[in-house]
Amino acid sequence: MSFPWAKQYEPKHPLMQWFDQRLPLPRLVFNSVGPGYVVPRNLNYFWNFAVLAGFMLVEQIVTGIILAMHYAPAGDIAFQSVEHIMRDVNQGWMMRYLHANGASFFFIVTYIHIFRGLYYGSYKAPRELVWMLGVVILLLMMATAFMGYVLPWGQMSFWGAKVITGLFGAIPLVGEPIQTWLLGGFAPDNAALNRFFSLHFVLPFVIAGVVILHIWALHIPGSSNPTGVDIKTPQDTVPFHPFYTAKDGFGLFLFLIFFCAVTFFLPNYLGHADNYIPANPLATPAHIVPEWYFWPFYAILRAFTVDFILSAKLWGVLAMFAAILLLFFLPWIDRSPVRSGNYRPRFKQFFWILVLDVLVLGYVGGKPAEEPYVMISQLATIYYFAHFLIILPIVSKFEKTLPLPNSIAESVLHGEKKESAPYGIQAGGNAQAVPAE
Amino acid sequence: MVRLIAILVGLGFVGVAAWSLLWGAIAYVSEPHEETAEHRFHLYPKKVSFASDGPLGHFDRQQLQRGFQVYKEVCAACHGLNLVAFRNLADLGYTEAEVKAIAAQWQIEVPSINEQTGEPATRKAIPADKFPNPYANEVAARAANNNAMPPDLSLITKARHDGPAYTYSLLTGYRDAATYRNEKGEALPAENRPGQGLYFNPYFPNLNLAMPPPITADGQVTYADGTPATRDQMAKDVSAFLTWTAEPFLENRNRTGWAVLVFLLIATVLSYMSYRNIWAGYKH
Ligand code: HEC
Ligand code: HEM
Repeated sequence: MSFPWAKQYEPKHPLMQWFDQRLPLPRLVFNSVGPGYVVPRNLNYFWNFAVLAGFMLVEQIVTGIILAMHYAPAGDIAFQSVEHIMRDVNQGWMMRYLHANGASFFFIVTYIHIFRGLYYGSYKAPRELVWMLGVVILLLMMATAFMGYVLPWGQMSFWGAKVITGLFGAIPLVGEPIQTWLLGGFAPDNAALNRFFSLHFVLPFVIAGVVILHIWALHIPGSSNPTGVDIKTPQDTVPFHPFYTAKDGFGLFLFLIFFCAVTFFLPNYLGHADNYIPANPLATPAHIVPEWYFWPFYAILRAFTVDFILSAKLWGVLAMFAAILLLFFLPWIDRSPVRSGNYRPRFKQFFWILVLDVLVLGYVGGKPAEEPYVMISQLATIYYFAHFLIILPIVSKFEKTLPLPNSIAESVLHGEKKESAPYGIQAGGNAQAVPAE
Repeated sequence: MVRLIAILVGLGFVGVAAWSLLWGAIAYVSEPHEETAEHRFHLYPKKVSFASDGPLGHFDRQQLQRGFQVYKEVCAACHGLNLVAFRNLADLGYTEAEVKAIAAQWQIEVPSINEQTGEPATRKAIPADKFPNPYANEVAARAANNNAMPPDLSLITKARHDGPAYTYSLLTGYRDAATYRNEKGEALPAENRPGQGLYFNPYFPNLNLAMPPPITADGQVTYADGTPATRDQMAKDVSAFLTWTAEPFLENRNRTGWAVLVFLLIATVLSYMSYRNIWAGYKH
């Protein structure tokens, strides 16, 4: 939806007019990320993370395409070809370290983006589809990252692929044929490596497509905001450009400092040393662990240790997938009419327990499957499912929420009738069309 | 309806996880959990510093040359370096002529064919060659090493946690299993004593490895630059050399990193100012 006070695209240059009449692409940009998109004025820094995730997708695609020019997906030379990139390709080490650490930072910003949504109730009507498309993106990212990690064909690549595809083996009867079919053989080998490379190359472009749908769906109701109160008047909003392009630009550079500091000074910190050992089907590593961003889910997978009607392994697999898939139903599980956690005192407490819980799951997921880590992972798994499936429906029914502000502007101005610079006048002083108040 | 199903599904997962937890907890309290010998005797790498550490890290070329000498005279008998070419040694400060000479005089020749007959043969290495493997194949390597495989060392300092310190600790960490006591004063249990062809070393994850102590005596090599070749010095130098073989672009990486950070810092300040400027006068 576009708000009636949103600026209209009026090309001034004849060339742009000519272009716009034939292909309204400039208009699309103007209305999506330009002055034509109106945004709540009160967004905090957590709203920067979507742009960061978008940036990281582009960064992964660019570095990935360059890596793919030098990489060879064959069992006996994949490892060598990655080392060839590191040693012999000009700035190849930079491309590979950016790509490997880029995957980690892509997940960091995406996870923060998701928790932002959880706290501020961004998944609620009318943004259910925005949220669900986001979950699709997360699933695609996980598939992409998993297959990418197989490509360097180190020890963790090989054994990770074996363990994860082995999960399908838990399905009764058809499990093992499915695993063999997925891998193109009984164990990961050339066939698996080639198809993983093919899929790893193409899935990011699928992600890009879903991102477009995600943003399209978002721009129907427009962005939510920390109060969760709908936009009502022009005073509630500012145009995306230049207000949020400026803020996002600052956020992006700040983020890049962290990303580049790790990439250039601790490039292997987030990785596992064993992946610098070439894959060896005959030598099982002492501890097989996936990349850190899968640790919470890995912990849930391993928390199920006792058969109960179904095999423990199958329970683990079901729980691991359920842990993500349940997010699809969140808009209907949490029926509280109040979106923002700021006005939901009970919810807020449980939310922070959830954050802690996921951090604990991540911690134990990276540890060997020994006590006491297994018991901790079981406790944390119990809370994870209880939070989403039991606590949220009950809390949202009985919770006493705090009074909401009447409008975004009111929450920002605290009763001041007029602010120093009225809407529409830019800091530079050049007047713009000021909509009637 | 959705909420009802959610609660039921939730109870299901919670219940089964709790069931697992219950059995885990019972096992935990009822079964004695003895610490394994690896737990009690394994040591983390010693604290040791290298010129290449940290964001300001660089290579000490003299040290790399000494480390290369240790590799050449000691380790090369068993370990390959198949990702490094002789020409790369120019990075250590050797001249082109020196590199040529090192390649030509390398004890192991490079596989080749006889120009006349096409029979397999070997020839002298040239700078473009990678360091040749000391063994023709894995079977030969294992046959010569008590069925253990000496790993290629090109990436060893990245393929082990805390690699340079680990390599140094391993090389200086051999102990006599019979007299060794850990910090609690416990002796090594009989079943963890090294078997035939194994050597006790508390820095190795399972405590016994198949590599005989390679650095055994002070003065084992004679350094060209006159540095006294103590065992500690040799272990350190070869670890520094192996840091270079694993990450030859380390200096370039650090330099680039600083340039990138300075650029980003300026960009961050500028973008912050423009952000404040644009929002000046707007409450938010
Ligand atoms: C007599 C042959 C021999 C020599 C000489 C030798 N090594 Fe080894 N090395 C081995 C064998 C065999 C192994 C495998 C040990 C095992 O897996 O139990 C090994 C393993 C290693 C490992 C890996 C340990 C691990 O964590 O898996 C390192 C590091 C190493 N050697 C470094 C060196 C260095 C540095 C030198 C030279 C100073 C050297 N070696 C000289 C035979 C040798
Ligand atoms: C969603 C975006 C992407 C993610 C999350 C991702 C993730 C990963 C990961 C985790 C690795 C393993 C890195 C390592 O340990 O070395 C990897 C490797 C690789 N990726 Fe990607 N990737 C993405 C996009 C792409 C694209 C678009 C391409 C090519 C068109 C690509 C090509 C490659 C290649 C060739 C490798 C192997 C080289 C290497 O191991 O460094 N990637 N990717």
